[in-house]
Amino acid sequence: MIDTGGARQGALNAYPRAPFRLHVSPPWPSERNVAPPDHQEIAITASDPVPLRKDGTPSAGTATTAVELRGITKRFPGVVANHDINLTVRTGTVHALMGENGAGKSTLMKILYGMQKPDEGTIAINGELCEFSTPGDAIARGIGMVHQHFMLADNLTVLENVVLGGEKFHGIGAKAKAKIKEISDQYGLGVRPDALVEDLGVADRQRVEILKVLYRGAKILILDEPTAVLVPQEVDALFDNLRELKSEGVTVIFISHKLHEVLAVADAISVIRRGTTVGDADPKAVTARQLAEMMVGAELPSPESRESTVTTTEMLDVKDLRIAKTDAEGIERVVLDDISLRIHKGEILGIAGVEGNGQAELVEAIMGMLPLDGGSVTLDGKDLSGTLTRARREAGIGYIPEDRHRHGLLLEAPLWENRILGHVTEAPNSKGMLLDPTGARTDTRRIVEEYDVRTPGIEVTAASLSGGNQQKLIVGREMSHQPKLLIAAHPTRGVDVGAQAQIWEHIRVAQRAGLAVLLISADLDELIGLSDTIRVIYRGRLVADADPATVTAEDLGTAMTGAASGHLESEPDALAEAQALAAEGTRAEDTDPSDTADDPQAGE
Amino acid sequence: MSTATAARPKAPGAPAKKHKLSWPVVLLLIAGALVLFSAVGMATGNHSLTSSGQVTAALSAAVPIGMAGLGGLWSERAGVVNIGLEGMMVAGTFCGAWAGYLVNPWVGLLAGMAGGALGGLLHAVITVTFGVDHIVSGVGINLLIPGICAYVNRIYYKDYISAGAGANQSPPADPLPYITVPGLSSWLKGIEGHHWFFVSDVAGVCAGLVTNISVVVVLAAALIVVTYFVLWRTVFGLRLRSCGENPTAAESLGVNVYKYKYLAVIASGAFAGLGGAYLSLVAAHFYKDGQTLGRGFIGLAAMIFGNWMPGGLAMGAGLFGFTDSLQLRDPESVHVLILVVSIAMALLALWQLYRRKFTGAVVSLVVAGGLGAWYALTDEVQRPLIVATPYVITLVVLSLASQRLRMPKADGQIYRKGQGK
Amino acid sequence: MTSPNPAAKRGPVQRISGERIMLALAAPVLAVVLSVAICSVLLATSGKNPFDAWNVMITYATKSDGQVAILNRSTTYYLAAAAAAFGFRMNLFNIGVEGQYKVAALFAAYIGTQVDLPAIIQIPLLLVTAMLVGGLYASIAGLLKVLRGVSEVISTIMLNAIALAIVGVLLAPGVFAPKVSGTSNSIQTDPISQSSHFFSIETAGGPLWGFLFVAVAVGVLFQFTLTRTRFGFDLRATGRSESAATASGVNVKKMVITSMAVSGAIAGLIGMPELLQNSFYYGQTFQQNLGFLGISIALLGRNSPIGMAFAALLFAFLDATGSQLPLQGGFPAEIVPVMQGTIVICVVVAYELVRRYGLTRQQKKVGEQLAAQLAAAEKKEVSA
Repeated sequence: MIDTGGARQGALNAYPRAPFRLHVSPPWPSERNVAPPDHQEIAITASDPVPLRKDGTPSAGTATTAVELRGITKRFPGVVANHDINLTVRTGTVHALMGENGAGKSTLMKILYGMQKPDEGTIAINGELCEFSTPGDAIARGIGMVHQHFMLADNLTVLENVVLGGEKFHGIGAKAKAKIKEISDQYGLGVRPDALVEDLGVADRQRVEILKVLYRGAKILILDEPTAVLVPQEVDALFDNLRELKSEGVTVIFISHKLHEVLAVADAISVIRRGTTVGDADPKAVTARQLAEMMVGAELPSPESRESTVTTTEMLDVKDLRIAKTDAEGIERVVLDDISLRIHKGEILGIAGVEGNGQAELVEAIMGMLPLDGGSVTLDGKDLSGTLTRARREAGIGYIPEDRHRHGLLLEAPLWENRILGHVTEAPNSKGMLLDPTGARTDTRRIVEEYDVRTPGIEVTAASLSGGNQQKLIVGREMSHQPKLLIAAHPTRGVDVGAQAQIWEHIRVAQRAGLAVLLISADLDELIGLSDTIRVIYRGRLVADADPATVTAEDLGTAMTGAASGHLESEPDALAEAQALAAEGTRAEDTDPSDTADDPQAGE
Repeated sequence: MSTATAARPKAPGAPAKKHKLSWPVVLLLIAGALVLFSAVGMATGNHSLTSSGQVTAALSAAVPIGMAGLGGLWSERAGVVNIGLEGMMVAGTFCGAWAGYLVNPWVGLLAGMAGGALGGLLHAVITVTFGVDHIVSGVGINLLIPGICAYVNRIYYKDYISAGAGANQSPPADPLPYITVPGLSSWLKGIEGHHWFFVSDVAGVCAGLVTNISVVVVLAAALIVVTYFVLWRTVFGLRLRSCGENPTAAESLGVNVYKYKYLAVIASGAFAGLGGAYLSLVAAHFYKDGQTLGRGFIGLAAMIFGNWMPGGLAMGAGLFGFTDSLQLRDPESVHVLILVVSIAMALLALWQLYRRKFTGAVVSLVVAGGLGAWYALTDEVQRPLIVATPYVITLVVLSLASQRLRMPKADGQIYRKGQGK
Repeated sequence: MTSPNPAAKRGPVQRISGERIMLALAAPVLAVVLSVAICSVLLATSGKNPFDAWNVMITYATKSDGQVAILNRSTTYYLAAAAAAFGFRMNLFNIGVEGQYKVAALFAAYIGTQVDLPAIIQIPLLLVTAMLVGGLYASIAGLLKVLRGVSEVISTIMLNAIALAIVGVLLAPGVFAPKVSGTSNSIQTDPISQSSHFFSIETAGGPLWGFLFVAVAVGVLFQFTLTRTRFGFDLRATGRSESAATASGVNVKKMVITSMAVSGAIAGLIGMPELLQNSFYYGQTFQQNLGFLGISIALLGRNSPIGMAFAALLFAFLDATGSQLPLQGGFPAEIVPVMQGTIVICVVVAYELVRRYGLTRQQKKVGEQLAAQLAAAEKKEVSA
């Protein structure tokens, strides 16, 4: 038992949103469907054109309006990303914009930042109507944005990245450098202006991004999912910064889908669902469950209780895996070090970790896409260490990649060709050296049917499907070859809630039938809810392990920063507290009997 | 998996400093090379490799290569690959000779730049506005522009036979002035004539730099320096380079990426056009088809050799200009060059032994031995091999130092506004 | 599209593909029309009636000797296009076709002068030599890309120039060329042996090269490999998305080397019709620039075997009939490269526009159709 109490200071210490283990078919048949009626409860007001609410004036804010969006509509080919969105943000507040993945938050913010033009609607900044055709227009109005994917040029210095586009403030020379140092010191950002960005880590890059915005004297700050790449402790530090900014009169628009973060930091909340605003909420009065229901748009489904399906038959055995890359200077960088793990038939092993700590490389190593410097990979008693990716796939590894557009699909190819992808040597896709288009087509129709892929036909390109349907096609494809092991990297990232539930259900069904699953996810709730065992990866090493039944997300987060190692077990009262909060969100978190495979060698 | 790569934890205490050649080191290397040349010159009695004539010829040959490379640099720094440089150079040769004849050679230079810029504009329209693959567009331009120039050449100059136009070439334009520093030039040449060890070689090289230099050579050297300042020391340059590194980031900061890409590619064409005008106004005084002889491609190679930096590009252009000019020299001096390179490789092998890089040392030693044997067993070098030297050097540099080379990150990628993540 | 009638459901999908064919055809037709217009203006500025020029060209194409000339040229062009297209299909820019065919033809010519076997062995020997040399030369670029990460665009450009040097060194008196050169001023190899001559068909317009059948066979094999074999699927997958192909188990490195070699091997055939059917020797006057023409034809034909056949015929038509322009009416033949250049540039732009338009259009249609299905389903529910 490791004491991780020190890490729990600051924000709320639990993740109230438990995974939705849906067994129901989704109640909303299409993404473009009209949203079900809102659950109007106390403290939640439907968004209406009245810009100000009389009650609940936020702490530090004056009663002026910083941003007012009216009737924003944005259409993309085939989809309406934003439909009649209304949003009012008061000056000097932290305003949270909530919504599930794909609800249209990012599109809305791109419109506010001038990166995209709305088809309809108006934008008013500080009471003045504006039209933005480029980000430059938005910047001129004092709007700054920190993007989810860092907008930095690797081969330029921090100084160059910061002054780019804002050269008129302090030039690009010594004066600018002094100003950067000044801002950096003022907020304790610790930014070195002459460093090359490619040499910086994630947290440093985010600080450069924030500095970039502050440098331009932005008064309205948009943060797009800023916490996605941070560990909980770094999130706390970020929130402290936000509160400081707020006290100096800066307006912050904070985009997130994480309930606990929003409740911890926001003064006001707006919820977006399926491209339209469904309501505003006061964080002081609203419960996590009410927020979750607003985001999802329906009563939350009840989690089903489940029994352990873990068997004693070993399926995957990874031993002493090591990958080191030598860079141009001859310095060896260890990417994966001494990784050993075992997955049994019917077991789901979850890997927790901040992105970039070696998860991607672990997956690629098991898939045979990266050469090993040491160690072995054994599947079902067969040593696969030296084999190529194709042989491993044929041996029974299914793969749901992290980035489906880059690794899972041929976007411009028809669905039936995408069905062949990855299984070109297997029936029904080929006979001998020749392809079997007829067989592939027939089987694609089956997958479309069985996995509920919404498409008008199998000849359309994969690019024309929505994210959730693309992912269902991939899941269906990978499940169609009786895999022994499924590698699922962020299997529900960027898909709608309905598809999310279906994908989880497919994984569980296969697990009951004896599938071994390696689950990698940034969503700790998904990990805790789905896994039988959790291992924590940090700087290329498996440093800790935990039983999902006896660990809180917060303690996992501590291990993810490298601050804790060994076997994690949360204090019973902290666990109870977390579960109580989770229960508020989705009734009761079921606790599994401890049946996890113990791996003694983790994190010494 | 881009985010994962970007966020990969670095091993602690591993400085990511890049090894850079500092000025003293460069000067030391040049001095060392001169010593080597002069020693070999003494030993063989052939001093032509460091003679003022050779240096002047090398400089002269380096100009079109350097200007094409400069064009490539501007374009690729903004993220547009430009293999249409060859075609833009042809436009420069044509327009340069045309205006050079009709008005005067100074206007000819400007017209050459304008012609090249027009080709650059076409490349920009195709790649930036229409989003066509940069290579495809470059191939198309290399087909189209020489075709148009050859056609116009054929129908236009047939009326100018009386003015000295050939069947397939333009009438001659007036020459551009040459610069010789009085006094200094003859003094240096005097020293050169004594064949003193090292001193005469230095004097020969310096004499080559101050004797009979076309004004365009000076202009070209100035343009390379100016390019460095514009691209690395001004707001304009910062914005332009940001478009080649991460256009989406630049866009998010209010930079009009299309504008900078357009300007860069047009400037790229103008530089290539200047290189072309040099060929038809200085190297020759008239236009005829096929004057460029692939110099656009060598320019591209010089730029890659120079790691997408003006200084490196200048060195690359100088080196390739040197080999280019050797074609016109006597075969004997080229033969001597083999010995020089062989000794240089042997010295490199020693250095690598000292640095305990044994495989590298063995490779260098084998190359040195091979070249030495070649020198000993033959009397002259076939000219085609000299022509191919720049290309072989570039291939070797690319394959041996590809990790050290750093091309702009978004080079060659098609950018659409508002489609970044 | 809002009709809930299920019978109408398949309609739009079919219409999409019908539309796609229309769009695909519209681009090249538009490009040719535009190019004819531009060249008409150019011809008119030289003070001649452009319609006379077109008339000369079309008239020659209706004569049997013109037709044979077009077919013979298009044989060469088609092989050049196929060589480039094989690489393009997996996003590999083999700019080096130019160098590969020259080196290959030189070696084949040399073997042809040195060996004299029965034709049934001799001709395959020469073809295999050419393909082997072309393939090996191309795989240098493939190896550099795989082992050292050198862009194939740059390396093949360099290799093109190096190929010239190789030819220059080898095609010297006493090496591959005879010590005492013959009647011609240019340096060239001896004529290849009689048994190396490929068959041709005598027609009213002169001999039609039998190599046409080889070109057709290459096209058929090309199409079959790409659309019907596992290898072809891997190749196309790599071309569409290298990252997805890697994750799907394609050994991309092996694919790069293989397809570079295949592309080079096809390139090796480019010089063969000329060598085995027309000039019978390799010399300094051997046809230049076929590699870049091949790239242009591949682009025009969208790398599809059938499209390239039409493109090769078009370019051969321009070249063969263009040669008549100076003879009849004194038009400069240089107008032909201008036409070819404008066609290529117009067509790549048009294809890109069509591709983007088609993609967004399909996304929109799919969205609309799903909405229609949904509306139908809801209506059913309400009525039930």
